[in-house]
Amino acid sequence: MKEWFRRQPKHFTPATRDSGQQIPDNMWVKCSSCGELNYVKQLNDNLKVCKCGYHMRLTAREWLGLLDADTFVEEDAELAPSDPLEFVSTKDVYVQKLAENQERTGLNDALVSGHGTIQGNPLHIAVSEFTFIGGSMGSVYGERLARAAERAAELQHPLLTITATGGARQHEGVLSLMQMAKTNMALTRLAAIGQPHFALLVDPCYAGVMASYASVADVIIAEPGARIGFAGQRVIEQTIRQKLPAHFQTAEFMVEHGMIDMVVPRAELRATLARLLRLYGGTASNDVVADDIPATLQV
Amino acid sequence: MTASALTAWDKVQLARHPHRPHTLDYVRSCCEDFTELHGDRRFGDDAAIVSGLARFDGRTVMIVGHQKGRDARENVKRNFGMPRPEGYRKALRLFQHAEKFGFPVLCFIDTPGADPGIQSEERGQGNAIAENILVMAGLRVPIVAIVIGEGGSGGALAIGVADRLLMLEHSVYSVASPEGTAAILWRDSAKAPDAARAMKITAQDLQALGIADDIIAEPEGGAHTDAAVVLEAAGQALRQQMATLCQLDTETLLAQRYSKYRRIGQFQEAQLHLLNGTAPEPPAVLPF
Ligand SMILES: [Zn+2]
Repeated sequence: MKEWFRRQPKHFTPATRDSGQQIPDNMWVKCSSCGELNYVKQLNDNLKVCKCGYHMRLTAREWLGLLDADTFVEEDAELAPSDPLEFVSTKDVYVQKLAENQERTGLNDALVSGHGTIQGNPLHIAVSEFTFIGGSMGSVYGERLARAAERAAELQHPLLTITATGGARQHEGVLSLMQMAKTNMALTRLAAIGQPHFALLVDPCYAGVMASYASVADVIIAEPGARIGFAGQRVIEQTIRQKLPAHFQTAEFMVEHGMIDMVVPRAELRATLARLLRLYGGTASNDVVADDIPATLQV
Repeated sequence: MTASALTAWDKVQLARHPHRPHTLDYVRSCCEDFTELHGDRRFGDDAAIVSGLARFDGRTVMIVGHQKGRDARENVKRNFGMPRPEGYRKALRLFQHAEKFGFPVLCFIDTPGADPGIQSEERGQGNAIAENILVMAGLRVPIVAIVIGEGGSGGALAIGVADRLLMLEHSVYSVASPEGTAAILWRDSAKAPDAARAMKITAQDLQALGIADDIIAEPEGGAHTDAAVVLEAAGQALRQQMATLCQLDTETLLAQRYSKYRRIGQFQEAQLHLLNGTAPEPPAVLPF
């Protein structure tokens, strides 16, 4: 049994995130966009949106607050990452990196999944944790997401994914790449029974995850100002040898180019999701019944 | 064979060798009546992907492959084998076309990765790749893919979801190019040889990881030193895989494809009762 299994769960205080350091509840937090100080209590009441409109990053557990109180049931928590490539380089040892991230975040990988309700509408949910190795998708992330999609299909629930990520996890190599196929494969189950996948893209959302489940959702929502794309800005700038415009790869840019459905401020997200869930409710019961689904395959 | 003495980085160099056989060399060698089809019907035609119909072992098949150039001029035309969204959408159109007519699909993978440019982003590079992966996941005809050189990232997987994956002996397939991984992890692309070794990107690694189904031998110095032998061996292996898949009924084919991808990945399943602190923590309180 690995040492980190025995770690004490860390406490999550909403005010500790953007700066990465502990700040008591009665203190001020500096906005990384406008530089203004926000009183923590007020900032939390404002869902961590600064007066300037900047949407600060939330943890996966903070995002689960979108669900009705006390309805979240976590699934697949027992899955834990391994080190399939025995990844060791002169600068990086994967097992150490995992242990550090597990210790710091209190999570064992970069995706939390389960089910709950929003305004009484049942759904499956999978939320990435950007502070865990950049919200990167490796085997555990992919497996949890695939299982969430399959369970949603079995129970005839919609699926909500909330994603902030740098892409596939390098340390699991081609296995991470193949999670792109695995997650999309599982989404075909959901499509087959006529249940929707809603994707909420939050800052930042890139690379292998944007090239798989996150960009083929039935409805794609992004937060204002979120950076969204395939290639990272550093890579593009190095390739074209020029600076990119400020507007490039923002949520608003994505709407303009027809790549996502809507940009929704954080304060309106819960109401928007509840409305969508109501609008799609009942589509599964019409002429598609569970018996039409191919028997679950052994995996 | 002294092949095992080659490092992963050596193999990257062989996989990228400009004289290495490219997609159209394989098509000319193992197919007849190749008829190239062009364009995505939405924006344009991307020469980084070649596609079309051909006769292969007595069947009509759909060919889709990355195409690199041999000289500077052709490489500019082919964008060094890095497709833009319109290339992937051409492939998507032809995958669906193949399904409509019941043609099996043969994919040749040979790309450093998807094009990273402003216009590719504007036209939805991520979405283009993701749609292909989704459609290939459920395509109701057999798909055989072969990595003939570099399998770079999502740009390769976008035409690489297949019932069988073959790799040439010195080909590589990875989550990002070694230079890309080195830049992502260490902000230093000069560490690419280090990344190549750590990332387990060779055909032999992929077979050990259960991702590559078979490996096609190359001459000692690489495929370009005796192209005819490699083209023949690849054609033989592709014919064999295709013939096997074409005997399966569609539901079995799709069930096998689902389970093949669904089981990829390695993780531990700890016993919950042994864990301390796995009782799910309540969501943090923000007044959504
Ligand atoms: Zn601000």
